[in-house]
Amino acid sequence: MVCQECGARPATLHFTKIVNGEKTEFHICEHCAREKGELIPGTSGGFSIHSLLSGLLDLEGASKGKTAAASTVQDVRCEECGMTYGQFSKLGRFGCSSCYKYFDKGLDPLFKRVHGSTAHVGKVPRRAGVQIQVRRQIDELKENMQQAIAQEEFETAAELRDQIRKLEKEIAQE
Amino acid sequence: MPNLRFTEQALSEWMRSGGSHSEIVISSRVRIARNIVHHPFPLLANEEQAEKVMDVLAPVIDENQATGYGTFQLVKLDELGELDKTVLVEKHLISPNLANDSRGGAVLLNEDESVSIMINEEDHLRIQCLFPGFQVKEAWDRATSIDDIFEAAVDYAFDDRRGYLTSCPTNVGTGLRASVMMHLPALVMTQQIGRILSAVNQVGLTVRGIYGEGSEAAGNIFQISNQITLGQSETEIIENLHSVVIQIIEHERNARQRLLNDSALRITDRVMRSYGILKYAAVMDLKEASQRLSDVRLGVDVGILQEPSISVLNELNVKTQPGFLQKTFGDKLNAAERDMYRAKLLRETLGTTH
Ligand SMILES: [Zn+2]
Ligand SMILES: [Zn+2]
Repeated sequence: MVCQECGARPATLHFTKIVNGEKTEFHICEHCAREKGELIPGTSGGFSIHSLLSGLLDLEGASKGKTAAASTVQDVRCEECGMTYGQFSKLGRFGCSSCYKYFDKGLDPLFKRVHGSTAHVGKVPRRAGVQIQVRRQIDELKENMQQAIAQEEFETAAELRDQIRKLEKEIAQE
Repeated sequence: MPNLRFTEQALSEWMRSGGSHSEIVISSRVRIARNIVHHPFPLLANEEQAEKVMDVLAPVIDENQATGYGTFQLVKLDELGELDKTVLVEKHLISPNLANDSRGGAVLLNEDESVSIMINEEDHLRIQCLFPGFQVKEAWDRATSIDDIFEAAVDYAFDDRRGYLTSCPTNVGTGLRASVMMHLPALVMTQQIGRILSAVNQVGLTVRGIYGEGSEAAGNIFQISNQITLGQSETEIIENLHSVVIQIIEHERNARQRLLNDSALRITDRVMRSYGILKYAAVMDLKEASQRLSDVRLGVDVGILQEPSISVLNELNVKTQPGFLQKTFGDKLNAAERDMYRAKLLRETLGTTH
């Protein structure tokens, strides 16, 4: 495949951008990626997908406008590792696993573009899996409890409340 | 410097058996990325933090740990010379990324070199399993079982909604990269490769040269891998890759058949010439060596040649790389000297005098 920028060198960077279910393909060579200034200085010449990613993140528009709202987005900081959303969008990489929590708002559009979806459906680590199941169970019980209260079945509601407390204690001990 | 058997032999033990569809699929690889909670990713970690990660991960599989995949040796990257690192990259046992920025980096390797567990690469943990031929499902089974061993011992960074949390947003979710290395000379010769590769791109897979990002497809060898890691289960990812690879195999087979039907003499001539040149040339650059070896491999696969064996060709693909040449003939070779020694190595391996 030939680079779509220069039409000469072989394309070595392949990237699919997905916006609202519509796919756009990029095929460019390393040289053109560098020319377009998409290589991050200091990454020892090896391009990477991160440079393209950071281009995409910039397209979020937040950094382009000089509105107060925009600068707030860039300034959001991960309290665990200290990385800001602005740094994240430059590097195209997270600093720690908590960044996912602090930058959560900006992530859905990015994941939608890169993966076409935003939620994991694959393997779950066994121990975390137990927690997740219990949490789902608690959510269900809470709903039932609300219903019971609405229907003034207070005895049932109290029973459900005890079950919820027991499960919550179990999770806390993990 | 540690005694490193992994860089002495060109061919890993796992490469010696063929695996299915081995006339087209050279190898299958699965890599899964994992991180542990409350430790900064290697990108941000200082030396002390990187060491902590190593202290947590390295003992999980030590020499006494029964994994079912042989005993493991821990190799710390900063105790290795540049040449040994290059050789590990050329054998696909570590990534170029880990070789270049090996701060706190290490790799756990098993005896037959079919499992390579990188520590402090872009993610804290990268479990990689390699199989000969087309065995991507087998590679996944092995990787996930090693994953289970780590998961029982450490707390992974995992999120209910986002899955396994990785340093790069392109790996989040399953953290799974499954890839298959394919030799596709007939699709290249018949100029169908571009069409095939863009079709592959359409279905969420990517294609790269064999030494990963940024390298050209040397010797008609292409690496097909999944691009999407979030929103698809591991099984779906593996199945998707599997079915696309089966189709590419089919296309390559048809293209080979057509070449043999329509231009048998031209193909035979090309294969024989390349074999002759490999056997007798005095100077050979890497690009030519890769192309000639590809021709000879095609010749063996379709029965034009009875020798050399595919195993010898696999070995030569690795041994003719710059790092391995210097390992064999001296570590300060310039490019011209490398071309001379490469030719010598090829002559001696393929020559009629043995
Ligand atoms: Zn270009
Ligand atoms: Zn963070």
